Amino acid sequence: MGNVVPLSNILGVGELMVPAVDPTGCASSACGSSDGPDGMPDAVWNKVKDHPCYSEEAHHYYARMHVAVAPACNIQCNYCNRKYDCANESRPGVVSERLSPDQAALKVAAVAAEMPQLAVVGIAGAGDALANPERTFRTFELIRKQTPDIKLCLSTNGLALPDHVDRLKELDIDHLTITINMVDPEIGVQIYPWIFYNHRRWHGLEASTLLHQRQMEGLEKAVAAGILVKVNSVMIPGINDHHLAEVNRRVREAGAFLHNIMPLISDPAHGTHFGLTGQRGPSPAELKALQDHCEGEIKVMRHCRQCRADAIGMLGDDQGAKFGNDAVAAMAPPDAAAAEAARQAYRQHIEAERLERRRNRAQVRARIVGAAPRTRPAEPPVLVAVATSGGERINVHFGHAKEFQVFEVGAKGARFVGHRRVETYCEGGSGDGGVLDGIVTAIGDCAAVMVAKIGDCPSQTLRDKGIEPIDRFAFGYIEESLLTFFAERRAATLTPVRVA
Amino acid sequence: MALKIVKSECTVCGACESECPNQAISFKKGTYVINPEKCTECEGQFDMPQCVANCQVDDCIVPA
Ligand code: SF4
Ligand code: SF4
Repeated sequence: MGNVVPLSNILGVGELMVPAVDPTGCASSACGSSDGPDGMPDAVWNKVKDHPCYSEEAHHYYARMHVAVAPACNIQCNYCNRKYDCANESRPGVVSERLSPDQAALKVAAVAAEMPQLAVVGIAGAGDALANPERTFRTFELIRKQTPDIKLCLSTNGLALPDHVDRLKELDIDHLTITINMVDPEIGVQIYPWIFYNHRRWHGLEASTLLHQRQMEGLEKAVAAGILVKVNSVMIPGINDHHLAEVNRRVREAGAFLHNIMPLISDPAHGTHFGLTGQRGPSPAELKALQDHCEGEIKVMRHCRQCRADAIGMLGDDQGAKFGNDAVAAMAPPDAAAAEAARQAYRQHIEAERLERRRNRAQVRARIVGAAPRTRPAEPPVLVAVATSGGERINVHFGHAKEFQVFEVGAKGARFVGHRRVETYCEGGSGDGGVLDGIVTAIGDCAAVMVAKIGDCPSQTLRDKGIEPIDRFAFGYIEESLLTFFAERRAATLTPVRVA
Repeated sequence: MALKIVKSECTVCGACESECPNQAISFKKGTYVINPEKCTECEGQFDMPQCVANCQVDDCIVPA
């Protein structure tokens, strides 16, 4: 025939079905929630921009801590056994130590003095924050007084929420998370064996109906009071996996601004009902499919680490062990003014950096995404694993990574789709083959893995498995590197092929 | 007529303490205990002992 045909005209035809406009409204951002003022009302953006749990961008820069002052719970969930740490809902079962409101405030002061990144303090358990209202509110009052610049947030199952919205508003708690696993009590029956409400223990359908009504009432009341509400849902295959799209629709209608769908974590060793009945959790692919399906009008959050109710630090890097009651009591009283000045300086620095980043990113997007030829089918997007410790940069050695962030990069841009925890390959300097297999499995669906550095031997293994190890973007920004990688890949396949 | 808390089962969550209508429950030496002098098993007050209804652990609160 003699004419020149780009190979990609033939490849990637299956992508024709991809909608031209990304329904998330944040087409080319690497975001779980939203990572820029674009597409988000200013009032909402101002509330979430420094919150590591709500803004996918902020979680690269800011730290949060949880104080477990609320050990009691008012409902029983089949994925929780209070005698053990609950992996699902930020609920360490038996908190290693009781924490009074005064101790909690001391602990916050100590952490705030050491960690200028600290932006948010939350109460998420170990039981339910609102089943312990006096302890919870007393703690918030103390923290508000000593460190007024730190944001406060709270997680609850919602049962007691309608009774406390006014108090939350008074205390200026502008972030609230409600765990809603169902909007159909028939489904709730399989998740909640009982609740304690109004001096009675309720079972079965009655329990789930009450819980559902109270959750929705609380959600609506909180939204009406101007509190930003995120909804968490635990995805339980065979029970609520098909139902969560409906949950998504209902909570969105009720005014939730973010929906965080988390995988059930289930293990017989946890002694939970689901652990013992062999109820499995979803695979990363099942989770992603549901998140993709739900990502419409409401932001779906993908960077959640399901952290413990006593977690401290940047997401994915818990420093909690350093700040036990005894350790805090033994610390010299922190210089509050100096600590606050350090936080302000840190925030200014970060804001400048984020502004610069946004500009830079917009340029790269325009250059690479904008340059996508429109006349041919889109290149199929690929998944890429990234080793990062924050700052939106590729800055972790392959052997030191405790987790990989996974991004989907395609002609429409790059977006964060999840994280995969792994065992560290390089404990004490020597690589471990078994661990490497685990990593290969964890990121097996990725076309490449971007790291700050990687040795020859794991590189070869990865290549053999079809995962390209890449360290040429070391310390570069994640999104720009991903886009560049994709553009190069596209260019390679676009190389004109002479057909004889 | 009173109930008691089985120490080995108790998660020390304190859910029972705040629900007891008679302030019979307190935290002593690392665990919660019921004062048998004060505990009425909630007779005449509620259908069900409030501490039992609110405790997450089965068989943690039993007849003394
Ligand atoms: S509610 Fe049960 S587990 Fe909790 S402190 Fe009371 S007896 Fe212990
Ligand atoms: S049975 Fe009633 S009175 Fe006795 S400890 Fe429990 S809640 Fe208190």
